[in-house]
Amino acid sequence: MKMTKHSDWRMDDVRAIIQELKHKPGALLPVLHAIQDYIGYLPDSIVPVVAKEMLLTRAEVHGVISFYHHFRSHKTGRHVVEICRAEACQSVGARALEKHAKATLGIDFEQTTSCGSVTLEPVYCLGNCATGPSVRIDDSIYGRVSEDRFDELMADCRDTMQEAG
Amino acid sequence: MTTRIFVPRDTTAISLGADLIATLIQAEAASRGLDIEIVRNGTRGLFWLEPLIEVETSEGRIGFGPVTESDVSALFNEHFYHGNQTHPSCLGLVEEIPYLKKQQRLTFARSGITDPVSLADYKAHDGYKGLENALNLSGQQIVDEVKTSGLRGRGGAAFPTGIKWQTVLDASGEQKYIVCNADEGDSGTFADRLVMECDPFMLIEGMTIAGLAVNANQGYIYLRSEYPIAFDIMNQAIASAYENGYLGKDILGSGRQFDLEVRLGAGAYICGEETSLLDSLEGKRGLVRAKPPLPAIVGLFGKPTVVNNVLSLAAIPYILHHGGEAYAEYGIGRSRGTMPIQLAGNVKYGGLVELAFGIPLNELMNDFGGGTRSGRPLKAVQVGGPLGAYLPESQWDTLIDYEGFSAEKAVLGHGGVVMFDDTVDMGEQARFAMEFCTFESCGKCTPCRIGSTRGVEVIDRIRAGENQDKNWELLEDLCDTMVDGSLCAMGGMTPFPVQSVMKFFPDELRSARQE
Ligand SMILES: Cc1cc2nc3c(=O)[nH]c(=O)nc-3n(C[C@H](O)[C@H](O)[C@H](O)COP(=O)(O)O)c2cc1C
Ligand code: SF4
Ligand code: FES
Ligand code: FES
Repeated sequence: MKMTKHSDWRMDDVRAIIQELKHKPGALLPVLHAIQDYIGYLPDSIVPVVAKEMLLTRAEVHGVISFYHHFRSHKTGRHVVEICRAEACQSVGARALEKHAKATLGIDFEQTTSCGSVTLEPVYCLGNCATGPSVRIDDSIYGRVSEDRFDELMADCRDTMQEAG
Repeated sequence: MTTRIFVPRDTTAISLGADLIATLIQAEAASRGLDIEIVRNGTRGLFWLEPLIEVETSEGRIGFGPVTESDVSALFNEHFYHGNQTHPSCLGLVEEIPYLKKQQRLTFARSGITDPVSLADYKAHDGYKGLENALNLSGQQIVDEVKTSGLRGRGGAAFPTGIKWQTVLDASGEQKYIVCNADEGDSGTFADRLVMECDPFMLIEGMTIAGLAVNANQGYIYLRSEYPIAFDIMNQAIASAYENGYLGKDILGSGRQFDLEVRLGAGAYICGEETSLLDSLEGKRGLVRAKPPLPAIVGLFGKPTVVNNVLSLAAIPYILHHGGEAYAEYGIGRSRGTMPIQLAGNVKYGGLVELAFGIPLNELMNDFGGGTRSGRPLKAVQVGGPLGAYLPESQWDTLIDYEGFSAEKAVLGHGGVVMFDDTVDMGEQARFAMEFCTFESCGKCTPCRIGSTRGVEVIDRIRAGENQDKNWELLEDLCDTMVDGSLCAMGGMTPFPVQSVMKFFPDELRSARQE
């Protein structure tokens, strides 16, 4: 995956990312995407750096980060698990899957399991609407996710965490 | 001779295990010393059959699906790679599968047939013929061809594409832009995704022709971040188009320039609305702009801009290759050409069905869709995404046609058809429509921002049996206020699904189901 370990990131790398992209017209979203891909989230400490390098106010940068659901200001678990809550998935049991996920992981949306392996998030359609319920784990999308299948996928998330140390 | 085996690489096929199947086939072939080549094609859009693998034979391509992990060695034992049809998953010749054969695929003609990132494949299947013609035409002639086709925007509002292009062509200014709206936020839709994952050069060609037509030398594809595979495939195709002179400073030696870049959205439904999208592309929060001015006149960075949906732009290569009249021969009334319908939700045979406008909705849901996946009776259908009405049985004979849907106070939108069986709680669906608006409102106007929050509360009270008649009236008023007082269709259409539940399923809204 693209994600690095959250604690290892360096502000110099963030500056380099900004330098590389800031010449683009309307560069703020590409810059924020690149930083989030690198760190895994958008820590508050990058806001003044982005603002200064891009000649924006902190309020402007903060406003953009908070407007978009995809941008996160908080550290996530090792895997981000998104459950589709939109209508086509609702029609094939997404509401029950959401309940099951929250109950078995012991967390609500926007929370991380205590072991640090999984952050649960809602998503509104993954374009996989003929084969729902759909779930995205990091950059992989899964279809027809039954409760059993979900449990298997979560077991994999925990395993890869252990392998990673 | 090398046998070619096709394993799709679109999101749905992969979500059902296609990558693993491809790996297993490769390994099995290697261990048996067989000479095969795996091609990662796009999907045919017959999703209940995915992963659908195909073997090339002298008679045509033989399909097998859905193929599971445990089928792979049996397939080899039965010599599927010679086109042997004995394995139980065999579907025969793919082109003869009725679901596919009955379609009229103009836009999706290549989907599933070609390797999406192979420019050679694209060209071998009529690719870039439209651009070659366009390079010999004036901007006005291209726009006229699009007008003749009768093409109307496939993103939702159904505005005539040729007229939009004319406005941008006529606008003065050195710098103009082509923006492709690939935000595809509607639940139940995936046709844009399929274009980008299965035939990305078609979109590049369509945008390049648009650039030639209105004199724009820069294009952006605004792609939702929920589509990582589309992002990857689109970028590969763009790189290849640059390398081969189909994008850049001097397109095919014509001296004309067109540059193209994919930009990722960041999970905001409202950024599918074209002015919000433009603000987002400019690096801002995606707030809706008041219209006028139209984006065609004051668009991206204040310049004249064509904003079109993926499917609108993807229809252009066909129109410039075969002529606007050939496209207009399909369809009925003022809905010309074909519509890629997406059968989704609780459907047995879900997938992409491209047909000329004019087919009845129930024919799609039953003859193609085969009814519900659960096997239970169909109860309601939401067409046109989260802002579309829920249609009860009495409306299922509506024809797929923009005017036909408007007459029923429904919308065809982007062509998503989401089916629900009789276990659905329509009161809960009405509540969700309002709830979705609370999440996704851009916040600029009160009827939408506050109204949707009130809407959730009032629906909760009705469902809890509190003061039902009074709250029912309140909900009616609230819906009217949102319809009349919202700046854009987010707030303005959120009441549509709610009102349809109030009208056709009132009892379900009044009596919330006990858990
Ligand atoms: C809330 C809202 C969401 C929209 N989402 C999309 C979308 O995801 N994709 C799209 O093409 N158009 C969407 N539209 C319609 C666009 O505003 C615009 O009409 C369209 O991009 C124009 O392209 P077309 O003429 O080719 O359809 C949306 C509109 C609204 C009000
Ligand atoms: S209706 Fe809603 S989404 Fe549209 S401009 Fe108003 S607040 Fe924004
Ligand atoms: S509604 Fe869940 S993937 Fe589209
Ligand atoms: S975009 Fe504002 S009224 Fe619809």
